[in-house]
Amino acid sequence: MNFKLVVWRQPRESEPGRMVEYDVEEISPDMSFLEMLDVLNEDLTVTGGEPVAFDHDCREGICGMCSLVINGVPHGPERATTACQLHMRHFKDGETITIEPWRARPFPVIRDLVVDRRAFDRIVQAGGYISTNTGSAPDANAIPVPKDNAETAFQAAECIGCGACVAACPNASAMLFVAAKAQHFARLPQGQPERTRRTINLVEAMDREGFGACTNHYECMAACPKEIPTSFISDLNRDFVKAAAHHGRFGTLPPQGDIEE
Amino acid sequence: MLDAKIPGGPLEAKWERHRFDMKLVNPANRRKFRVIVVGSGLAGASASASLAEMGYEVDCFCFQDSPRRAHSIAAQGGINAAKNYQNDGDSVRRLFYDTIKGGDFRAREANVHRLAEVSNNIIDQCAAQGVPFAREYGGQLDNRSFGGAQVSRTFYARGQTGQQLLIGAYGALSRQIHAGKVRMHTRTEMLDVVLIGGQARGIVTRHLVSGRIGRWAADAVVLATGGYGNIFYLSTNAVGCNVTASYRAFKKGAFFANPCYTQIHPTCIPASGEHQSKLTLMSESLRNDGRIWVPNRKDDERAAGDVPEDDRDYYLERKYPSFGNLSPRDISSRAAKEVCDEGRGVGALGRGVYLDFADAIHRLGESTIRARYGNLFSMYEKITGENPYQVPMRIYPASHYTMGGLWVDYNLMSTIPGLHVIGEANFSDHGANRLGASALMQGLGDGYFVLPATLSHYLASTDLPPVSTDHAAFVDAERQVREGVDKLLAINGHRSVESFHRQLGQIMWEHCGMSRREGGLKQAIQEIGALRAEFWSEARVTGTGDEFNVALEKAGRVADFLEFAEVLCFDALAREESCGAHFREEYQTSEGEAKRNDADFTHVTAWEHRGVGTKPLEHREPLVFEDVELATRSYK
Repeated sequence: MNFKLVVWRQPRESEPGRMVEYDVEEISPDMSFLEMLDVLNEDLTVTGGEPVAFDHDCREGICGMCSLVINGVPHGPERATTACQLHMRHFKDGETITIEPWRARPFPVIRDLVVDRRAFDRIVQAGGYISTNTGSAPDANAIPVPKDNAETAFQAAECIGCGACVAACPNASAMLFVAAKAQHFARLPQGQPERTRRTINLVEAMDREGFGACTNHYECMAACPKEIPTSFISDLNRDFVKAAAHHGRFGTLPPQGDIEE
Repeated sequence: MLDAKIPGGPLEAKWERHRFDMKLVNPANRRKFRVIVVGSGLAGASASASLAEMGYEVDCFCFQDSPRRAHSIAAQGGINAAKNYQNDGDSVRRLFYDTIKGGDFRAREANVHRLAEVSNNIIDQCAAQGVPFAREYGGQLDNRSFGGAQVSRTFYARGQTGQQLLIGAYGALSRQIHAGKVRMHTRTEMLDVVLIGGQARGIVTRHLVSGRIGRWAADAVVLATGGYGNIFYLSTNAVGCNVTASYRAFKKGAFFANPCYTQIHPTCIPASGEHQSKLTLMSESLRNDGRIWVPNRKDDERAAGDVPEDDRDYYLERKYPSFGNLSPRDISSRAAKEVCDEGRGVGALGRGVYLDFADAIHRLGESTIRARYGNLFSMYEKITGENPYQVPMRIYPASHYTMGGLWVDYNLMSTIPGLHVIGEANFSDHGANRLGASALMQGLGDGYFVLPATLSHYLASTDLPPVSTDHAAFVDAERQVREGVDKLLAINGHRSVESFHRQLGQIMWEHCGMSRREGGLKQAIQEIGALRAEFWSEARVTGTGDEFNVALEKAGRVADFLEFAEVLCFDALAREESCGAHFREEYQTSEGEAKRNDADFTHVTAWEHRGVGTKPLEHREPLVFEDVELATRSYK
């Protein structure tokens, strides 16, 4: 198969980028999308060009590192599929394919198709965990968890932190990511003691990072390679209203720092 | 002679006794110590978080964009623990024994027993962190039997156990970053260890975005940098996994132990062409219902469905009637290679065997098979474009895990004082082969429970004069790192680095993969030397050193693989026996079974660097079995 690629090239964050056209030939339909880019990069390397930088690591859809907007869609056209698990057989021979990085202000471009997603890490640092020191845990079966709750928590915890939800959202909202993190713990008995402060701290950290608000476009759910449902966002909103009322924080948007109880 | 510093006393009491004998650091003094942890997978993240919780100052480094991406995240199956929640006869003793036996009696008794002891604490810790393990309706934790174990001791979170455990450890790490106790350095690659006064006192790094070379001083250094399975180019490892940190520590004097113990996993999706960049593991559980076969005849071009029953060879059922399709990993892998070497392999490249569910679907119905393996079947279809309900899957073995690693004593310290090594990067607990669901246990055991105790002892009992990153050793290490970068950029040849890695992988897979023999290994050593020479004259590394440069990153890692590959072959050559995952064709029974040589090889081989291209110096640590009797595996 042959393709015309239109790829975002940008040398560094401080310099402007542009779309550049490349032809790739003799691509096997069994290649993954990233393997097709490997071919392009090998060609560029031996012909004196600069390979295209893109993030990738596990290439089996779990590490969350790959982050390509393919023909305008984060991770490309296949549902519930990361770019690394997308295969060329899903494209038409001779097709023109555009490849861009995640586009969102909190995810600045580092180079070409690579963006800086540390904003997600900082959100998790603000409260995306259960505070328990090593060694202090009771016997694991001392905390029974209803099977349904465990499964819902698992569904939320499946998030791979790739950021496709942000890239897909017209507001660059991180609500699906934050909701999944919050609801993973909100469904578990272990997560209850910190539920209120976790909710506030996560949402305020998200606002600090400059992500937009959710206005119900549902693009995040459509782009999510793990099909995390937006119902978690509704749950987070309920938790936030309760938590904000509890802390008298309604309408107080200027960041006040983390809540310590 | 290497001293493993194994404590005295009865096996069951060693760790408890040692914990009491070790020195502690006063809580008020802990903040005066700084520890560097390289790697943020299960071992690195759990160690960083635990050390910071205790009060130490920690610098944690990873080359990915976030600590959550480390390759532990891809582990599918589960994590073992001796909880005996199923009341089926499990115990610390049984988990210990199974692990020793699974390693074909080439691991240290004391280490493995300690691992079994802390296994239960790991599960408690992870449950408290909110890891969503599978549950029974009563709310209790569910277990399954895994990898042929006679008891159900494996805890799991669907097929994503590694992901969930890593998110737990990443959460604990994130909490300490927020508390200011851990400074996290992402997209930062370690390129050298710095020794001052013979002690590991820091590292030199390259920031992968800016190219900035950094010097970092500390009181101790911990490597949690994973395995070297990517030496075969194609493996189930993430594409970024590399040997660089371990190998550069080796060049600085840390011994490398048992590098030839590399695990090949039998059930991976075969390569579809030369372009293949990695192989994907399919859970071994598929072998419970799938039947493995190839055509009787060579070069049989017929579609699987057109090959009549009489023309099929169910070779595992034929050769190993009692275990059949469930024969152990190494035996299944070698048998698959054998039939493909005979020209009976299937698929485009002739490197695959069928895993056929037709009988199981006929017997149990498609809905039962779908309930058991639905997610695996759809993953297979996603990658291959074939529907395994209608045509048999094709599978082939692939490099998966490396039991070898930097040599460490009982305290997880390498031969360089202060340099500790944890998780897959060390060699200590799995012997010559690793049981399923034991890697996660070891990574977290080391990080949460063992290292925090032994590292405290090191800090409390060692004279550690203050050091500055202006010290000549740092200046020198930085200079060497810069020269290394410049040397790569100056080659200016016309072959891609990727193509060298691919060729190295072919050499290693052919001569030092599933089965090895003297002639092949010697040939491999020659070919590696020649390939390395070609690399340094023909490779093309584009760009500059002071920018985000993926070509440069890759080139540095491949250059290290090209040197380390020889060490691996020398080790495979020196171990004149077959044990666990190491199969030497010269040492087998008349029935083709691995033949261990306990009289001459009940030891750890640890190699000392003596210069690139020179055979490293062999050291031995005898393995003393005080508690278990050495037995022979038989799967007939």
